[in-house]
Amino acid sequence: MTTRSRRWFLRLGAAWSAALVACRSKTAPPAAEPHALGAAVSPYGSRSRFERAARHVNTNTKVPLEEASSGTPLHDTYGIITPSSLHFERHHAGVPETDPATHTLTVHGLVDRPLVFTVDELKRLPSVSRIHFLECSGNSGGEWRGGSTESDVQRIHGLTSCSEWTGVPVSTLLRECGVQPQATWILAEGADACKLARSIPITKAMDDALVAYAQNGEPLRPEQGYPIRLFLPGWEGNSNVKWLRRIKVMDQPAMTREETSKYTDLMPDGTARQFTFDMEPKSVITRPSGGDTLAGAGRYEITGIAWSGRGTIARVEITVDGGATWVPAELQTPVLPRAHTRFQWPWTWDGREAMIASRCTDDTGYTQPPLADLIKVRGVNSQYHNNGIQVWKVAADGKITNGNRA
Amino acid sequence: MATARNVIAALMCAAAVVGSPAVVFAQSPTFGVGHAPKPEELKAIDIEVTPDGKGLIHGSGTAAAGKEVYTRRCETCHGPTGQEGPQDVLAGGQGSLTTSRPQKTVGSYWPYATTLWDYINRAMPFDHPSTMMPDEVYATTAYVLFLNGIVGEHDVLNETTLPQIKMPNRDGFTSDPRPDVGASPKKRSQHQ
Repeated sequence: MTTRSRRWFLRLGAAWSAALVACRSKTAPPAAEPHALGAAVSPYGSRSRFERAARHVNTNTKVPLEEASSGTPLHDTYGIITPSSLHFERHHAGVPETDPATHTLTVHGLVDRPLVFTVDELKRLPSVSRIHFLECSGNSGGEWRGGSTESDVQRIHGLTSCSEWTGVPVSTLLRECGVQPQATWILAEGADACKLARSIPITKAMDDALVAYAQNGEPLRPEQGYPIRLFLPGWEGNSNVKWLRRIKVMDQPAMTREETSKYTDLMPDGTARQFTFDMEPKSVITRPSGGDTLAGAGRYEITGIAWSGRGTIARVEITVDGGATWVPAELQTPVLPRAHTRFQWPWTWDGREAMIASRCTDDTGYTQPPLADLIKVRGVNSQYHNNGIQVWKVAADGKITNGNRA
Repeated sequence: MATARNVIAALMCAAAVVGSPAVVFAQSPTFGVGHAPKPEELKAIDIEVTPDGKGLIHGSGTAAAGKEVYTRRCETCHGPTGQEGPQDVLAGGQGSLTTSRPQKTVGSYWPYATTLWDYINRAMPFDHPSTMMPDEVYATTAYVLFLNGIVGEHDVLNETTLPQIKMPNRDGFTSDPRPDVGASPKKRSQHQ
């Protein structure tokens, strides 16, 4: 970051370290030539003590924290990979302590040869590594009924993250077991306290589903399903069952609580959409965004992320006039299917009130709609799958707030 | 090409949801890794119950018996009549799904009674899951259904009667029609 970019915003909260740096540059003496040794090598790295970015734990909820969520600090992450330590969390009955020496994956049901795999055995099979986002379908859900003006990108949209996932294709395991002709679904079940279970069409299981054991080059974090999880590229977070213990091949969905009472989308006519797996194309400006204060008129680099559960981001456009006109942003490489894609656009702010937003289009031709268009069709009670355009309102004094209802 | 691939994937997914003919895959073992589960290994984890009642354990219970279990193990989180919280509201809300403040309860929203048995059995009570005996699970299920006016106080729920219950919102669910907003007109027609 240049000195100038550090002074873009004076932000309370997660990015206050940046503000400290800006302050220090005015008051602290220049750094002296080092006269002492630095620290020695160490077995496991940690970040600089000057860095403060952290997940936001949502305590504004009636549920216990074992059933809560924590969001990625999108404002303070860079490129497309989310550090594993900052990957969002959503648990339904806490994080189990699972011993990889005793944890197993059982594949059974409508198969010729039911099999139990140890974690070591899974690692002996041919693996693949893929960079994909993972997003909770409840992400941005607070905006359906009108979010807080004072909210920020982490609190509104932090339940999306992007990692390199390594594991065994589910198709490899199913072929090893011999899927029987009447199979149409699998049931995936976790080893957490609620034995979270989701039914998945077998077409997805045979297509690009993984049993993942690694994230960003190291074993999964416990809160991401250690030692193994299901990973379904582009599909809603909840179906990516963590602490995976069982895959049962079936001829019907099990109709578990998580796919009937939850993760179904209530429409204004009282019906609910079920098995809405795709995470639709979505983008958001992460910097500058809600909670930032621009230092004054002048040049700023607008940046953010875009992603599509159905394919690859084809373009991202930016508006600074509330959607009256749109201009194309630059996509940073790599641009990968079903992955966060970083975009940027140089903006010269004239110091007057502005409504800034991004919208993305993926390679299926779908363009991210305004939230109002989604509400027109789905009402405000569908809870999940809000991929509407996020508007940030920049006031004349530089203060930025959530502009979705402005 | 990616477009065509996505359309095919979407169609296959939609077909799977409505119960299409099964897909047949290559069948021969390649790696020889893993072991066959012992019957007792499988029994310990093979717990799901489907809407047709498959997977239900032998046992029975009534709402009258379930009241005591509910009071002891459920009421703290769900309230004396299942409507008070603080956690998920279990009862009431019928007729509210089209209102501005819908209440998604077992009685107003859940499509299958088997799901209730399955969820109590696998996940409840929240901090002591899988500690209830089968008769307690049947009785608690019966009591929650009784609180919703779906079964009588002395109706006996067992592996035969439970799957026969038709929940009020049984027909309230549809498959995924998306993209319903945002797709180009050409794309939208391909998806329909």
